[in-house]
Amino acid sequence: AANPIENAIRAGLTNELAPVHLEVVNESYMHNVPKGSETHFKVLVVSPQFEGLPLIKRHRLVNAIVKTQLAGDFVHALSIVAKTPQQWDEAYK
Amino acid sequence: PAIEGKEIEKLVNNSKVVIFMKGNPEAPRCGFSNAVVQILRMHSVTYDSHDVLQNEALRQGIKDFSNWPTIPQVFINGEFVGGCDILLQMHQNGELIDELKKAGIESAL
Repeated sequence: AANPIENAIRAGLTNELAPVHLEVVNESYMHNVPKGSETHFKVLVVSPQFEGLPLIKRHRLVNAIVKTQLAGDFVHALSIVAKTPQQWDEAYK
Repeated sequence: PAIEGKEIEKLVNNSKVVIFMKGNPEAPRCGFSNAVVQILRMHSVTYDSHDVLQNEALRQGIKDFSNWPTIPQVFINGEFVGGCDILLQMHQNGELIDELKKAGIESAL
């Protein structure tokens, strides 16, 4: 399939966090890398599993899932927004 | 080779706010490091900064110490706070002002 890294990140976060909302955006084109690269990503994850977790723990959780999913490799840049469903609702009221 | 945890601990405790970044505050060499510098500037925070591009052993040492894969890294009161995304979100939701206050720093915002 096209975009293997993006798909792997999406699959890992979907399986592990059961998000109510998930966005995985490949931002590599904004950086100085060859066309079609999968190096720079932005993720927005909204999951009830973030309830009661400080930001650093949420980000560690997301990082760990992505790292496992990519078989220990890491993308060059992974920008994370991790919210609870309640925080997500409030942001869009 | 990485700088040992003990040495890193001295660095992170040398000032109330310590950042590890690419480049220096006058000339950041990466957008994420630049974002951290700009946020701290808005709060008028003084801090120690260390350029990991000048020191490969420091770059590896700080990642091992905080168990965090990326640069920049921000420490407040000797505690690892996070990288650019976390600092940005703390800035946006007001938490950063509280965190600085806990460390005895009055934010300009």
